[in-house]
Amino acid sequence: MNNRLEEYLIEKGLFITAISSILIILLIITFIFIEGFPAIESYGVLNFVFGSTWAPLKGEFGVLTMIVGTLGITFLALALAVPLSLLCAIFMAEIAPSSMRRILKPVIETLAAIPSVVYGFFGLIVLVPLMREQFGGTGFSMLTASVILMVMILPTIISVSEDALRSIPYEYKEASLALGATQWQTIKNVIFPAAIPGVITGIILGMGRAIGETLAVIMVAGNVTQFPSSVLDPVRALTSNIAIEMGYATGMHYNALFGTAIVLFFMIIFLLVLANYFHYKKKVVIGGGYL
Amino acid sequence: MNRIEVENLNVYFEEAHILKDNNIKIPKNTVTSLIGPSGCGKSTFIRTLNRMNDLISGFRKEGSIFFDGKEIYEPDVDVVELRKKVGMVFQKPNPFPKSILDNVAYGLKVHGINDKDVVEERVEESLKSAALWDEVKDKLDKSAMGLSGGQQQRLCIARTIAIEPEVILMDEPCSALDPISTTKIEDLIHKLKKEYTIVIVTHNMQQATRVSKHTAFFLHGEIVEIGRTDKLFMEPEDKRTEDYITGRFG
Ligand SMILES: Nc1ncnc2c1ncn2[C@@H]1O[C@H](COP(=O)(O)OP(=O)(O)OP(=O)(O)O)[C@@H](O)[C@H]1O
Ligand SMILES: [Mg+2]
Repeated sequence: MNNRLEEYLIEKGLFITAISSILIILLIITFIFIEGFPAIESYGVLNFVFGSTWAPLKGEFGVLTMIVGTLGITFLALALAVPLSLLCAIFMAEIAPSSMRRILKPVIETLAAIPSVVYGFFGLIVLVPLMREQFGGTGFSMLTASVILMVMILPTIISVSEDALRSIPYEYKEASLALGATQWQTIKNVIFPAAIPGVITGIILGMGRAIGETLAVIMVAGNVTQFPSSVLDPVRALTSNIAIEMGYATGMHYNALFGTAIVLFFMIIFLLVLANYFHYKKKVVIGGGYL
Repeated sequence: MNRIEVENLNVYFEEAHILKDNNIKIPKNTVTSLIGPSGCGKSTFIRTLNRMNDLISGFRKEGSIFFDGKEIYEPDVDVVELRKKVGMVFQKPNPFPKSILDNVAYGLKVHGINDKDVVEERVEESLKSAALWDEVKDKLDKSAMGLSGGQQQRLCIARTIAIEPEVILMDEPCSALDPISTTKIEDLIHKLKKEYTIVIVTHNMQQATRVSKHTAFFLHGEIVEIGRTDKLFMEPEDKRTEDYITGRFG
């Protein structure tokens, strides 16, 4: 009797905890929509999303330059980070001696825990002047922001990919080597392909962090609401837009910032769905046998 | 003529002395069974023959293993070449999470055989030799993970013979299989022994008598007795062999 009551309480307790965290998220989303919708509605959805002029004082709220900014920074950062992190993960999972791995792994995981303002500060003090010297201009640019983001998402992608690689059954490796494959052929043809679903998860997490990162990006991206004509031009991300202007925005401008958040929200959902689709497809192709 | 000759082989994992003074000669195109209680070192022994134990840290060996007269642990021996000639089928079927075709073609690819016609022909040949062709010919592009355990094991055999090794090592290839699949694999072994030298570990003594010409009995890392299979089972020389085959200890 007592046991059953205990079971009951634990079950309900877990249920309430799970439900309340979902409720809180829903509440936040609702709030964003209530606050942001008036701006989008009065300015027109298409004008808002595809307008290229952001001039709050003149009542112009087009966020397209910032969509381009966010996508540009994010994908450039991924393009820099993915190859590096995969090679690093392969090295750690397959090649490094275990003594080295025991040091590398915690070090890399610590990198993920450094606050973004520290990365931003580093970017501002070191990277921006460096970029200025190397490429001219102000040094505040999409490229600078992407490099900082790259450093920030490396640990996530490395760590998740490395786990994925290490979870590949030893039998596959043995089978490949017994057929006379070299270590590198084994990694390239068997271990890595089998780990791809896990690697994609790592990339999705990295992408999520890159899209959402605000502070470090504000510090180095230049924050100009223009279409960049090259990676060396300054850009403004959607997140930066909210953070920079929220302090003084009133009226429609205030609502338009929440509108920016709505756009960001849909963009993230879209990218997640896309990424999960690839993840799922890969899993199906492999036949569920990769774990 | 002997394909493999093992002389005074001793194997250690760290401090543990696993194989003790093993001597064995394996003639060309015959089947040799290795029997013995669990943990006696049968797997360790055959994994030493294609140097799979090299991957295990703490592995150390003394003595010699000659393959076609050449010591395989000499520094100038190319392990990759050796493993190509000495193929291995594992206890647990371990197909790659790839299509059936890719599984069999894998060994060819890593050895630089990419010509589509050649690959397809070899895949078909190997699957036929492994008595699997009829069951899979219509779904070569499907994942090998969808096959039954017995089919997977035959696929692993096909994958091994696709690269045309000279020796096939089989570590309890039937331990996870039902009697029908087991019969199929035994038939296959009979067929393969014309061209290949086969070393098979088995816990099933009937299987040893059915498939092999020679049998070696391992106990605590020692080869207690080795000889013609019929003789070893009918009139064993060593008391311990007799006790084991009559099931008096285990
Ligand atoms: N990787 C390893 N590291 C250390 N010791 C090992 C390792 N692999 C096997 N051993 C030890 O070597 C001995 C022989 O093991 P082995 O796997 O060769 O036995 P086996 O005869 O194949 O047994 P089974 O019939 O159960 O497969 C065992 O005592 C085992 O504990
Ligand atoms: Mg064994």
